[in-house]
Amino acid sequence: MSGVLAAGQATSAGASVTFWVLAVISVAAGLGMVLARRAVHCAVLLAVVMLSLAVLYAVAGAPFLAFVQIIVYTGAVLMLFLFVLMIVGVSARDSMRETIAGQRLAAGVAGIGLLVLLSLIVGHAAIGPAAPPSPQYGTNNLRGLATLIFTRYVFPFEVTAALLITAALGAMVLAHRERTTPKPTQRELSQQRVSGAHPSPLPGPGVFARHNAVDFPALLPDGTPAPLSVSPVLARERGSSAAQLPPGGGTGDDEGAAGRPQIAGAEPEEARP
Amino acid sequence: MTPGSFVALSMILFVIGAVGVLVRRNAMVIFMCVELMLNAVNLAFVAFARLHANLDGQVIAFFVMVVAAAEVVVGLAILMAIFRARRSASVDEANLLKY
Repeated sequence: MSGVLAAGQATSAGASVTFWVLAVISVAAGLGMVLARRAVHCAVLLAVVMLSLAVLYAVAGAPFLAFVQIIVYTGAVLMLFLFVLMIVGVSARDSMRETIAGQRLAAGVAGIGLLVLLSLIVGHAAIGPAAPPSPQYGTNNLRGLATLIFTRYVFPFEVTAALLITAALGAMVLAHRERTTPKPTQRELSQQRVSGAHPSPLPGPGVFARHNAVDFPALLPDGTPAPLSVSPVLARERGSSAAQLPPGGGTGDDEGAAGRPQIAGAEPEEARP
Repeated sequence: MTPGSFVALSMILFVIGAVGVLVRRNAMVIFMCVELMLNAVNLAFVAFARLHANLDGQVIAFFVMVVAAAEVVVGLAILMAIFRARRSASVDEANLLKY
């Protein structure tokens, strides 16, 4: 009996350690998500938050939700975010220019006000210790949830199916783009290919250079770096490789129309401060 | 580590998400902050389910996840449509109805 009690206390101590570590991690990642300027960094930090929340679900006796959180949120939703980020432009940064004067200050004040309000509410509520563990938690969690979903919540569950189908159809309709120009034939494609200044393939990045990273320009036979070998997005984004490009050599933006297929993310950036 | 601490954590995450929605202007990041708020609410649901030893909270959290997934799919599709028309993902750029 005492062994069982000790084991229970040990697990609860481990659970508190897990909770505090993950609480710090998730709050820090959440703050970083709000503060990070690149959308990709925000997505990765959001993944950190979601994974720590998944572990917290498991600690709180919801193993099924923990796995759904990892599969649906981290696996599907965040990957969708990342895919759309790649289409919309990885290089897009938030501009720091305030369009509404004092918006940041007002948002900060509103956030503090919301925090105070919620703390008052939670502080006034008497949230006692957790109820004694019932057989619904732990390994029987899945069975209990299935019973609930397919008995009491069966109608919302069916409505959810309709919602998902509607969402999928809506996404397909919204993301669909009608072809406004005729599809280029193979002949036209080959003519386009040789009409530019570079009928041959462009040099690959990092060839004969010190590194073979994709953002490292290749070296030409005379030892000068080849700016065309680096994707314009990378050359613009990475200050290090941009510094190694010869001044005035350009980043391949002007030649890009001829030789290199336009990258979707290569749109003009938003105004920088 | 009582359910109260879970609720406090969920409260903090919710406030962070709300401030992010107010401050950021990239529509993608605003979406991510909304997701953070939904996750925070899910954590509160799970904590209260634990508090009452009742699985209903977990079922609700499950439904919230489903609705959030549908919302993200449609929202990102709208975002892509706007991006195609305006070449920008900033919420400030969608101002054709202004003035």
